[in-house]
Amino acid sequence: METVRKWVQVIIGFLTNSSWSFPFTNVIYQGPLKVICAPGLNCYSCPAATTYCPMGSIQQLLGGLRFALENGQYYFSFSVFGTIGVLGGLFGRMICGWACPFGFIQELLHKIPSKKFAIPRILSYGKYMFLVVFVVVLPLVLVDEFGSGSPWFCKFVCPAGTLEAGLPMLLLQPNLRNSLGLLFLNKFVIMTIFLIWAVLSSRPFCRTACPLGAFYALFSKVRLIKLQLDEAKCTNCKACHHVCPMGVKFNESPDDPECISCLACMNKACQFDAISLEIGGIPLATPNKGLAPVGKS
Amino acid sequence: MSQPSHELRKKRPIRKAPFVVIPIFLILWMIGVATGEPARVLEQAIQVCLSCIGIG
Repeated sequence: METVRKWVQVIIGFLTNSSWSFPFTNVIYQGPLKVICAPGLNCYSCPAATTYCPMGSIQQLLGGLRFALENGQYYFSFSVFGTIGVLGGLFGRMICGWACPFGFIQELLHKIPSKKFAIPRILSYGKYMFLVVFVVVLPLVLVDEFGSGSPWFCKFVCPAGTLEAGLPMLLLQPNLRNSLGLLFLNKFVIMTIFLIWAVLSSRPFCRTACPLGAFYALFSKVRLIKLQLDEAKCTNCKACHHVCPMGVKFNESPDDPECISCLACMNKACQFDAISLEIGGIPLATPNKGLAPVGKS
Repeated sequence: MSQPSHELRKKRPIRKAPFVVIPIFLILWMIGVATGEPARVLEQAIQVCLSCIGIG
């Protein structure tokens, strides 16, 4: 199943970044596919990006809301929130585990041999702050003399944007290097910190700072597809604790907002068939175990 | 003795919450589409936002 997940990550990463004409044209993809929302965090200024980033679009729309309202345009980001809300209702943070290119990059970095460190649970609340403050409040509230707000998260934090868009654009368009300043230095330092941290800890950006992950985490209890625990079969052996890349203690918190449904606990750890995947309460048949167990007998 | 799969399925009730949440966001999406948001999103997404990626 881990191989399947890796292939899904590669395929979705490729589909959301499938415009490979940029080395010849030196410009980003500008076709109609960019009206489609990327399920994961994927900067739309990336030269190969064929879809838009939901977090970037929300900030842009909210930043321009005053100007839009003055012109009778009601751009409250409903279409973007609606899209990621439907995705969240269906999959929740399963998207982080299966469809986010930046999550995949962090997973690859974490394979580099080194001493590994846990991430304190309290840092996981940081991403909710980034979602509320940097993605919604600051673009809405802090506006310039023309009434336009900035995309604060993209501008000052997002390491995915620096890696997927900033650095490639600097390579493609050398004249942009003249514009580099403190803003880029700040973002370059943040990106470097997260990339090094990803070698030492599992998915540090997803766990501490990703606003999209924070949004999908809100659906942890109500999403259609999720893992379930059969308490009758669980022996509290804690084997699931040791394999989880997100630091979830699944037997203690089956609806944990950090769970990305990578299925490591189900396939690699649990020897007692206590963990299974379910859709809307109906257990799915698992490849090796037949029908998953249901409830207490 | 193991029970047939259809009996096992009957025991756990279907969770209703996803079937409430998903249509709510679907309606939200439709409202956004009706106000013409996708055209604005496309307009933004086909341009490089230099300040967004730390340049300029």
